[in-house]
Amino acid sequence: MIEFRFEGRPVAAEDGQSIGAALHAAGIRSWRTTRIGGRPRGLFCAIGACFDCLLTVNGTPDQRACQTVARAGDEVTG
Amino acid sequence: MSYDLAVVGAGPAGLTAARVAARRGLRVALLDAYATPGGQFLRGTAPPRLTGVDVMLGQRVWAVEKSSDGFRVHASTTTTATTLLVATGAHDKVVPFPGWDLPGVLTAGGAQALVKGERIRPGEEMVVAGTGPFLLPVAVTLLDAGVRVKEVLEANRPSPRMAAALALVPSKAREALGYASRLAAARVPYRTGHAVVAAHGEDSVEGVTVARLTPGWRPYAWRTVDCDTVAVGYGFTPQVDLLLQLGCAVAGDHVVTDDRQRTSVEGVLAAGEVTGVAGAPSAVVEGALAVHSLVGEPPPRLLAEKARLRRFARALDLSYPVRDGWRDWLTPGTVVCRCEEVTLRAIDEARDLGAHDPRTVKLLARPGMGWCQGRMCGHAVAALTGHEPAPQKRPFAQPITLADLTLHDREDNA
Amino acid sequence: MIGAGIVGASCAYALMRAGVRATVVDRGGVASGTTGAGEGNILVSDKEPGPELELALRSGELWRELDEECGGFEWEPKGGLVVAETPEVLDALTAFAENQRRHPGPAGVVASVVPATSLRDFEPHLADGLAGGVHYPQDAQVQPMLAAARLLKASGARLVRTAVERFLVAGDRVAGVRTGQGDLYADAVVNAAGTWAGSFPQAPLPIRPRKGFILVTQPFAVPPVRHKVYTAAYVTNVASDAEGLETSGVIESTRAGTVLIGASRQRVGYDTAIDYRVLAKLARQAVALFPVLADRQVMRAYAGLRPYSPDHLPVIGPDHRLRNLFHACGHEGAGIGLAPATAEMITAQITGGSPRVDPAPFAPGRFA
Repeated sequence: MIEFRFEGRPVAAEDGQSIGAALHAAGIRSWRTTRIGGRPRGLFCAIGACFDCLLTVNGTPDQRACQTVARAGDEVTG
Repeated sequence: MSYDLAVVGAGPAGLTAARVAARRGLRVALLDAYATPGGQFLRGTAPPRLTGVDVMLGQRVWAVEKSSDGFRVHASTTTTATTLLVATGAHDKVVPFPGWDLPGVLTAGGAQALVKGERIRPGEEMVVAGTGPFLLPVAVTLLDAGVRVKEVLEANRPSPRMAAALALVPSKAREALGYASRLAAARVPYRTGHAVVAAHGEDSVEGVTVARLTPGWRPYAWRTVDCDTVAVGYGFTPQVDLLLQLGCAVAGDHVVTDDRQRTSVEGVLAAGEVTGVAGAPSAVVEGALAVHSLVGEPPPRLLAEKARLRRFARALDLSYPVRDGWRDWLTPGTVVCRCEEVTLRAIDEARDLGAHDPRTVKLLARPGMGWCQGRMCGHAVAALTGHEPAPQKRPFAQPITLADLTLHDREDNA
Repeated sequence: MIGAGIVGASCAYALMRAGVRATVVDRGGVASGTTGAGEGNILVSDKEPGPELELALRSGELWRELDEECGGFEWEPKGGLVVAETPEVLDALTAFAENQRRHPGPAGVVASVVPATSLRDFEPHLADGLAGGVHYPQDAQVQPMLAAARLLKASGARLVRTAVERFLVAGDRVAGVRTGQGDLYADAVVNAAGTWAGSFPQAPLPIRPRKGFILVTQPFAVPPVRHKVYTAAYVTNVASDAEGLETSGVIESTRAGTVLIGASRQRVGYDTAIDYRVLAKLARQAVALFPVLADRQVMRAYAGLRPYSPDHLPVIGPDHRLRNLFHACGHEGAGIGLAPATAEMITAQITGGSPRVDPAPFAPGRFA
C-alpha cells in the first residue's frame, strides 16, 4: 500500500493502482466539475477513452485519473 | 533501430502477434499505453512472458505516419518499423440517458476493469444494463468482487437468431450458461426487454429508473431501483484512430482487412476488435494470422477458425443491435455530449439551423468537440441526425502537450 | 447562389433584405468547406491600405449590425494584438500602422503602439523579451459556422444539398445551374463556391487552394489568450506569393474555451492531409509567444483550403463573359471578415444599387 494526498487528504492505494481507482474505492466519486454546468465528474469509462476523470497530479493539469498510476506522496487536486 | 514489425496494443491480438513474430525471427516492438501488457481482456492476469520482443509500456501512441521505408509510431518516443500491426481494441459504447453523466454511472467495461485491473469494488449495490452477451461476465465479475448486483437488464429480447449464434460456438454457449447459472444461484434477476432509462442523484447515483421496452426499445412501465452504481454497455466501438490516420479503408465502425489481416494500405495490418468486435478468441487468431501474412502461409486451420469466429461475431452483432427507441429515453435537457455538455435540445437547434449530418451538427453545436473527441457521443449524434455512425478522423489519437509536439518539427525527429 | 459558406450565406441574407429571393446550392451543406475550417477572423490589422482594407472596414461595421439584427454567432469585438520580437520589427509594425491610419475613407483604422512594458496589460501570459506591439481594437471574431448557418436561416433561402455541375447558358447569359437534383433557373447566379469557385469550365477563374492548418488545444475554463495575437511575420506571409510552406504564430481563444493556433500557408493543391512537421512548427511558435501553453494539450488539428487569387484580392462582381453571372469568391483567408461587405456589393450590383465600396479593383475581368 502507498499513500497519496487528494486535496490535502490522505488516500491509500495499492501498488500499481490508478489514482482514479483509489479515489473511487475511497468513496471519492467526483473530483472535478464541468466547465459549463458545474456538474460533478469522476470515473466513467475507466479505460482512458472518455476523459471525464481529469485531475491535476503534482501540478501537471488534465491527467486522466484512470490512466495515472498512484505514487507515494503524489499531490492530487481536482 | 528499426523493427521489422511494430505492434500497437498489447491485448490478446497484439500479444499473440508479437509472440508468433518473435518466434519466426522478426525484430518486434510491442507498444501499449498501460504499464502492464494484456489490454482490457487480460487485465489483472499474470503478465505473459515475451522473449525476443521489445516491449514498450506506458507508450500512448498519438500518431502513426508513413515514411520512406515503413512507418513511424509516435508515442513519448518514436519507433520505426517496416510493417505496422494495429491492435488497439475497442471501448464501450453507451447510449445517453438522463443522468448518465452522474458519478456512479460506469461503462460495463469500465466496471469490469475496476475489478480485474484495479482490484476495487466499483460499488456496493449495482444495476448492470445494456445489450449483448458481455453483460453476463461483467455481472459475474461484480458478484465475485462482493458487489450486490440487484438486476441485470438486457434491452433486446431473446430471439431464435441469438440461439443460432450460440450454436455456432458451443464453448461460448457453455460459457453463457455458466454465467446464467451463477447469476441464478445468487438470485440476481436477468431481465430481457428492460433498460436503465434514467439515473438519479445529486452528486452521485442514488437510484435508477428501469423501464420495460418494446421490441424497438420504446420505454413503458417504469419503476425505480435504489443503487449506488450502474454499469451500462451497449456494445463496443473499435478504436481505429491510428488506422484512419494512415487512410485504411473502413466499413461501418471497423477497418477492412483481407483474410490475412492486411488493410487497404500496404504494410499496415490490423487484428482484433479494430477489424470488427468479435472478442478475445477471434483476436488471438487474427494476431497469429497477421504474422502469417509476413512470413509463410497461414495454416488452413487458422483461416477456418477465423471464419467460424467471425460468423459467430456477426450473428451476435445482429442479435444485439442498438435500436432506435433509446431516443425516447432522452429529454430535451439530457446531455448527449458529456465533454461539451451538449444537450439534445442544442442538437435539435443545430438541426433546425440546417445541420443535416453529424459533422455539421458538431460544427454548430459542438458535440464531439471536447476532450474525448466524440468517442463517447459520436454514435449517438450520428443516430440523432439519422446517419449510420462512422469512424471520425482524429489526427491526435491521444492528446499531447504542445511542448511534446514541438519536438516533431524536423524530419529526423518526426 | 452556389455555396453555403459564409459568403453565400451573407449574400443570401443581404439579397433577402433587398427583396430578392435566393436558393442556395451546396454539395456539402452549410459551412462544409473553407468556412468550417476557419477561425472566424474579422481583421483590419493585417491589411495594407488599399481596396481590401476598405472592404474590411465596411465589413467590420456590417458585422456589428448583423450581430444586432441576427446574432447568435458569438461575435466578439476582442481586438487584435500584433507583437514584434525585435525593435526593428516593431519599427516596421509601427510604420505599417501609421500607413493604415492615413488611409482615406469614412471609417479609418484605429491602432495604437503598445510598448514592451505594457504588453502584459493586454496579454498577461505573453513571453518575456518581446519588443512591443500594435493594438487594433477593430479586430473581431465570430464563430464562422454558426454565422453562416444563422444568416442562411434568417435569409429564408432554400438550401439544396447537391453539387452544381455547370451553368445553364442561353446565348451570352446564364439562366441557371444544372445540379445533381435537376435544373434550377434564376434571374441571376452568384458563384460563392470559395476554393472551388474557379473550376466552372464555362467561366473559369484563377482561384487556387492555399492550405492552412489549425491546431486546437484542450478547453480552458479561462483561456490564457484574450485577443487575436500574432507576430509580424503573419502580415508578410498573408501578402506573399510563395508556394512553399510559410508559418507564423497566430493564437487566439474561442468562446468554447479552446485556443486556436495557426497559421500555415502552402500551395499543395486540394490535399488536406495532416503534416505533423507543420503542426509541430505551429506548436513551437505558439509556445514561444505563450510559454504557459507548453504543458497544455492539443486535442485536434485540421486543414482548410483558402481560396487564393493571384493578386490576393477577392473576386467580386459580374462575370466579364456571361451576363447574369456574378462572382463572390477568392477571399483567401479573409472570407469571414469580408463576407458582409462582399454581400452588400453583390446585392447592389444585382439590384442596380450603388455599392458603398468601389467595386472596380475586385472585378472578375481583371485577370482576362
